[in-house]
Amino acid sequence: MLICVNSLTDLKQMKLYILFFGITKDIVGSNKLELDVKDEMTVQSLKEYFQNIYPEFKRLNSFAIAVNSVYVRDNLTLQTGDEIAIIPPVSGG
Amino acid sequence: MIELTKDKVDINKVIDAVRHKHAGGIDVFIGTVRDQTKGRRVIALEFETYDKMAITELNKIMNEAGKKWPLYHTAISHAVGRKKIGDIAVAIAVSAAHRAAAFDACRYIIDTLKERVPIWKKEIFEDGEIWVSAHP
Repeated sequence: MLICVNSLTDLKQMKLYILFFGITKDIVGSNKLELDVKDEMTVQSLKEYFQNIYPEFKRLNSFAIAVNSVYVRDNLTLQTGDEIAIIPPVSGG
Repeated sequence: MIELTKDKVDINKVIDAVRHKHAGGIDVFIGTVRDQTKGRRVIALEFETYDKMAITELNKIMNEAGKKWPLYHTAISHAVGRKKIGDIAVAIAVSAAHRAAAFDACRYIIDTLKERVPIWKKEIFEDGEIWVSAHP
């Protein structure tokens, strides 16, 4: 069916939805952005991507990544449509 | 009960949420906005949250507490937005048959919240502002 053929050609194209909080929101100057990615991307490569564009990320104590509201490890491969949150050191309470 | 609120944190609501006829004790922790940090005068705090995930994480933490100790109920209300000196930032209540479990579980909830719940605090000073714990 046509629908299947179309989705196959789009297989490598990914759209990621990224949310920023706390100090990372200030660094980026926005609380969200959409990222179009051509190749496979892991959490680690996403972290490096932001550290390269925004060197201030390297000065943070640490930052974690959550995918669809769950903390994830650096080796996880991101999927299209994922809601990704950049989590700088938390300080609630 | 798990609540993130832009309004005033209501302590009585949090306590009432954990009342239970078999409970012999309710332990309550109240976090308040302090007027200084490392000798520097603080004017206000501003709390930001990733609502959806904060609620998910709080739910997990309260379930963990319920597995570690014999509890009846747990409840939490955390402030969002700008809070002035003396305001309540967070209120936690835990009910149990005996006080030891209630004390221990309440402490576990606040300590773990500070480690991993996606809530951020900005300290507002007279001459600037700082996201707490962001930098070494």
